[in-house]
Amino acid sequence: MELFLQFFFSGLTVGAIYALIALGFNIIYNTTSILNLAQGEFVVLGGLLMWYFLEKIHLPYGVSIILTLGISGLVGLAMERLSIRPLLKTADPLLLILITIAFSILLRGILMFLFGKEPYGYPPISEGAPLIIGGAIIQRQVLWIFLFVLFTMLFLYIFFNRTIFGIAMKACAIDSLSATLLGINTSQMVMVSFILSGIFASLAGVLVTPITFVEYDKGPLLTIKGFTAAILGGLGSNWGVMAGGFLLGILESLIAGYIHSGLKDALALLLLLSMLLFKPAGLFQSSEQARLRKL
Amino acid sequence: MSLWRLFILNLIFMLLILNNAFASKEPIKIGAILSITGPASFIGEPEKNTILLLAEQINKAGGINGRPLEVLIEDSKSEETQAVLSAKKLIEKDKVVAIIGPSTTGESMALIPIVTQAKIPMISLAAGTGITEPVSERYWIFKTAQYDRSAVEAIYKYMQKKGIKKVGILTIATGFGDQGRKALLELAPKFGITIVADERYKPKDSDMTVQLLKAKNAGAEAIINWSVGPEQIIVTKNWHALKMGIPLFQSHGWGSKKNLQLAGPAAEGVIAPLGRIVIWDKLPDKHPQKKILKSFEESYMAKYKSEPGTFGGHAYDAFMMVVEALKKVGPDPAKIRDYVENNIKNWPGISGIFNISPKDHCGLDATSFEMVIVQKGDWEILQ
Repeated sequence: MELFLQFFFSGLTVGAIYALIALGFNIIYNTTSILNLAQGEFVVLGGLLMWYFLEKIHLPYGVSIILTLGISGLVGLAMERLSIRPLLKTADPLLLILITIAFSILLRGILMFLFGKEPYGYPPISEGAPLIIGGAIIQRQVLWIFLFVLFTMLFLYIFFNRTIFGIAMKACAIDSLSATLLGINTSQMVMVSFILSGIFASLAGVLVTPITFVEYDKGPLLTIKGFTAAILGGLGSNWGVMAGGFLLGILESLIAGYIHSGLKDALALLLLLSMLLFKPAGLFQSSEQARLRKL
Repeated sequence: MSLWRLFILNLIFMLLILNNAFASKEPIKIGAILSITGPASFIGEPEKNTILLLAEQINKAGGINGRPLEVLIEDSKSEETQAVLSAKKLIEKDKVVAIIGPSTTGESMALIPIVTQAKIPMISLAAGTGITEPVSERYWIFKTAQYDRSAVEAIYKYMQKKGIKKVGILTIATGFGDQGRKALLELAPKFGITIVADERYKPKDSDMTVQLLKAKNAGAEAIINWSVGPEQIIVTKNWHALKMGIPLFQSHGWGSKKNLQLAGPAAEGVIAPLGRIVIWDKLPDKHPQKKILKSFEESYMAKYKSEPGTFGGHAYDAFMMVVEALKKVGPDPAKIRDYVENNIKNWPGISGIFNISPKDHCGLDATSFEMVIVQKGDWEILQ
């Protein structure tokens, strides 16, 4: 039991990381129906900027977080202005997805140039020995991550359901032509979605770096894992992708624990394939819901 | 008219003389293929820096027998295909007399047929056993990184002394981890050690708690982790957080101060077989390697503000072997090969004291490692 609990906690740790990235995917998907495959690079950007502010120029923790999130938002904005906006109206979504891959390569190159290739890390938000619950250990930073995931969910819920701006964004996602006819500035909505997803991805980077460290080329793997989580939970629903993230983390950990650690990624991807084959809308929504939500 | 002709003749004559004068000053070209970008870039970077530093020193001191040395450094992007292209370019276009590198085992293996066919000596900087064995098929290939099995032997010897009989191994799913795992499994019976858990993880994984716990529950009396880079710090942190009560051994890839900084107090008590470059200041003065270790470390630190580490050391040894051969036998690929094979004896380098022979194209064994423990954020040599 103790062992199971430890596997479970370890899965939650990894799952929380996947969940935050999957949420970033979802925000952009919900407004533009494209996938931003530079999501992982924004996570790396967050971790590296945070290191820079905290360890290099010794700013307080809070100030560093705010600066990091601010700059990441600006990078998201720049990405949208420079690469997505000029093509949004005319280009195929597939082309836009390819553009995000190109942007991810560019961003990775810039990060390598600025920070080099070494891993970076900094102290967690609150120092101290890991907590012991029922004989299993859990790192304090993981609790902070849970808190921030929850906070993010709450923010997104209120933003998309209770503010006129968020509702307008949702309208763009459902039918951007009708939304334009109703007087909604669609391109502004796309811009906001890129800023938001940049901020949330970099928040993920800020939070996980004390546990996992960060180096310039960590992005692609995070993108794949976040994407798997999003598919597992069902793109389109915030609660769904979040649950998908935790589920993927826990599954990986249990597979590693009870079957073999060499198989965990293979089995997780097998799961992704079977999801796409048998229940492409994800675990938590019906295919009608998904169709209504998208395309 | 005849005056003109004379003048032109004179001009041609002068040009010829000048040309000859240039010819004798023409640089000697050697090539280096390094993983400057890509996943193995943390290896290629210090290697590149080392080679640039040494080439500058050699040329400042007058070059090789009066001729300047030109090192053509190619980035393999940590890919086999790119390494092959770089090697072809260096051999066919630049006509180098020797090749240093590549940085990783996979790339080195890919180049073996090419340099063998072109009859150009290659000194690889990677550790894989297959690079120089079987030696009968590796006529043109040498390497300066210790065999993985030497590091494993060093660990097992220490364990034998301490009475550790059951170990759990964690290896990363890369070439480095595969080679280490193979050596760990193969050599264990020879030292009376049983591997009770054989766990793996992927590059960039973020939590190895599960693997560690499985190993402990299988009855391991010690953990051996085999990886390089951030993953080995995560393993260290997880090991510390779990308060496992059994020692953690790392591979010879542990030797960077950066690891100690990042792991912080979690690294206390971690044991690893390390090359002497990381603990040179703790060696007795009469140790034959101490002098060159000191001068290399200090000049590297002065120029790059970071430590050269084990990888810089591999590049140093390869480069200096080529330079010594060039000084003694001149820029002839076959003679350079013969010189390295027969004349590098009791040769103190950075990675150890080399004894290269026609039977062993690496020339280092387990004695090139010291068992080192982390104490108060610094390395201490274990006796």
